[in-house]
Amino acid sequence: MAPKAEFDSEDVAAIVEDLKGLEGPLLPILHAVQDRFGHVPDEAVRVIAHRLNLTRAEVYGVVSFYHDYHREPHGAHTLKVCRAEACQAAGGDAIADRIEKALGIKFGETTADGRVTLEAVYCLGLCATAPSAMLDDRLFGRLNAAKADRLTAEAQL
Amino acid sequence: MTTRIFIPLDSFAVANGADELCDELTHLAARRGLDIEIVRNGSRGMAWLEPLVEVETHQGRIGYGPIEPGEMEALLDAGLMNGGAHAKCIGDPEEHPFMKGQTRLTFKRCGVTDPLSLDDYEAHGGLIGLKRAIEMGGAGVVDEVTESGLRGRGGAGFPTGIKWKTVREAAGERKYIVANADEGDSGTFADRMIMEGDPFCLIEGMAIAAVATGATKGYIYLRSEYPVAIRVMREAIRRATAAGVLGVSMMGSAQAFDIEVRVGAGAYVCGEETSLLDSLEGKRGQVRFKPPLPAIKGLFGRPTVINNVISLASTPEILAKGAKFYKDFGMGRSRGTIPLQIAGNVRHGGLFEVAFGLTLGEIVEGIAGGTDTGKPIRAVQVGGPLGAYFPRALFDTPFDYEAFAEKNGLIGHAGIVIFDEDVDMKKQARFAFEFCAIESCGKCTPCRIGAVRGLETMDKVIGGENVSGNLELVEDLCNTMQFGSLCALGGFTPYPVMSAIRHFPEDFEGTPMRVAAE
Repeated sequence: MAPKAEFDSEDVAAIVEDLKGLEGPLLPILHAVQDRFGHVPDEAVRVIAHRLNLTRAEVYGVVSFYHDYHREPHGAHTLKVCRAEACQAAGGDAIADRIEKALGIKFGETTADGRVTLEAVYCLGLCATAPSAMLDDRLFGRLNAAKADRLTAEAQL
Repeated sequence: MTTRIFIPLDSFAVANGADELCDELTHLAARRGLDIEIVRNGSRGMAWLEPLVEVETHQGRIGYGPIEPGEMEALLDAGLMNGGAHAKCIGDPEEHPFMKGQTRLTFKRCGVTDPLSLDDYEAHGGLIGLKRAIEMGGAGVVDEVTESGLRGRGGAGFPTGIKWKTVREAAGERKYIVANADEGDSGTFADRMIMEGDPFCLIEGMAIAAVATGATKGYIYLRSEYPVAIRVMREAIRRATAAGVLGVSMMGSAQAFDIEVRVGAGAYVCGEETSLLDSLEGKRGQVRFKPPLPAIKGLFGRPTVINNVISLASTPEILAKGAKFYKDFGMGRSRGTIPLQIAGNVRHGGLFEVAFGLTLGEIVEGIAGGTDTGKPIRAVQVGGPLGAYFPRALFDTPFDYEAFAEKNGLIGHAGIVIFDEDVDMKKQARFAFEFCAIESCGKCTPCRIGAVRGLETMDKVIGGENVSGNLELVEDLCNTMQFGSLCALGGFTPYPVMSAIRHFPEDFEGTPMRVAAE
């Protein structure tokens, strides 16, 4: 995954100007901002609100509603492990526990060295090759203990 | 002569090493001087065989699977180029028993063609439906789809033709077609598979809906958890636009129609149609009160068709072959075919498109071959996280909207998740509340508060605290959620909870048993 850019409110302004012609531009703008900087800082919320003629509360309300957006920086890599029913049925809970232990963190946390953020995800659509996970934007299926260990090792690189 | 080798781009294959296999094959072919073309096809739906590598020979296609990274060299040594013998050879994939038992209408091209080749799409029957729709005109299309008996495949089962008729007759200068590709139900992947494996089919279905209603703009609201589908769908739209299928003059007609992919942001509730529309508008994805119906006042207050991906993708075949052809499949008021998605602890999991009417037992024990662990099936959750858990005693229930409703269940988006005898139904009931609490949009009280109180109460049950009293409380709470919630998230969470309690009472009795090791 490409390293994230340093925050720059001029960049945010440019993203907004580029996308504001879309119908309902706020989600595409927030995705673009998070892609660029790795998170959606409060200062970006201020710039977006100003340029879209919305209140900061409205933009903040959208950022906080969706699981994908986060206001604080994440680890260099994000490991999302599916916790939904099909993965549960295929032994996913044990895999999830193993990954937590290997990384030494709980779901929703980032490792102390800032390398990995571990998140729960509810379904990657890989339910017939469960359990599954996604490291940044790469998909992994049929996780067993050995594959889970390789995945956590790779995430920490 | 160039030999065509197929390695799927479908997420099932990619998550299990397909991209690595392509790299291996490319290097090996260069080293050995082999004249090959790698086609990244969709998945045929036999997920347990993915990555399923196929070669085109004089005798037809020969498949090998599941091929793991590192196995390509041995596969070539075994004579892959000529369809040679190998332990993982399955012969002609279309002759596989899993495929022979299906009726592939919507998914007929998926896994067969190059998903991003419009020529391949047309060569396999694509665009015939849209051409016929343009000739017939909007009123004729609405009649045809209504006559086919097609009902919404997202789960609600509302007749598609009636929805289209309402939008057609609604006044409005600008109308929209919205494809609901926010396929968040665990155990479902049909939308993903068609978008990755035959994206032009969804594009054609949306264009047919545009002809029917006079809409000029289409959106595909696609969840962020589907990176492959996002990439394939966007490229397919670009190619369809370049070829004039979409654009100012759709297929050379007088009507303009464009499609845009919008990526969701990880909110399950946005699969509910009105919260999806709010999300598309750039708001918090909160559920709207109905009326007004989206068909009258939908996206940006304008008349809007919002349909599930599979509903839309089913219409090209209906228009191409006629309503009667489609209607002749199925049972009762459930007409046509349904792509079953068999998942979880399953031996032969994947996508199985078939006419309505198979029994649940035929599906999970016959077609799917039982569990992967080899232990007996104990419970089957049908219809996603808001669907009921079915015990073996109800395995004779036929797959049909009404038959499942009669048994206090739902078919939803046709996801079927199999659990073996190790499942603890207390944990599953607890999870249903937990999931609802995580995903509630917060607009209505029964869902927002009910889910949290339900979770707390289930924790008491699991802890052995006043079990019968607390189970009564859960039942009362479920009643409030079912009848008082604004949408299916709060309204249907009682299905998994109450079905677990009713059908598996032994898991809820007495002292704390297998308490979750957390």
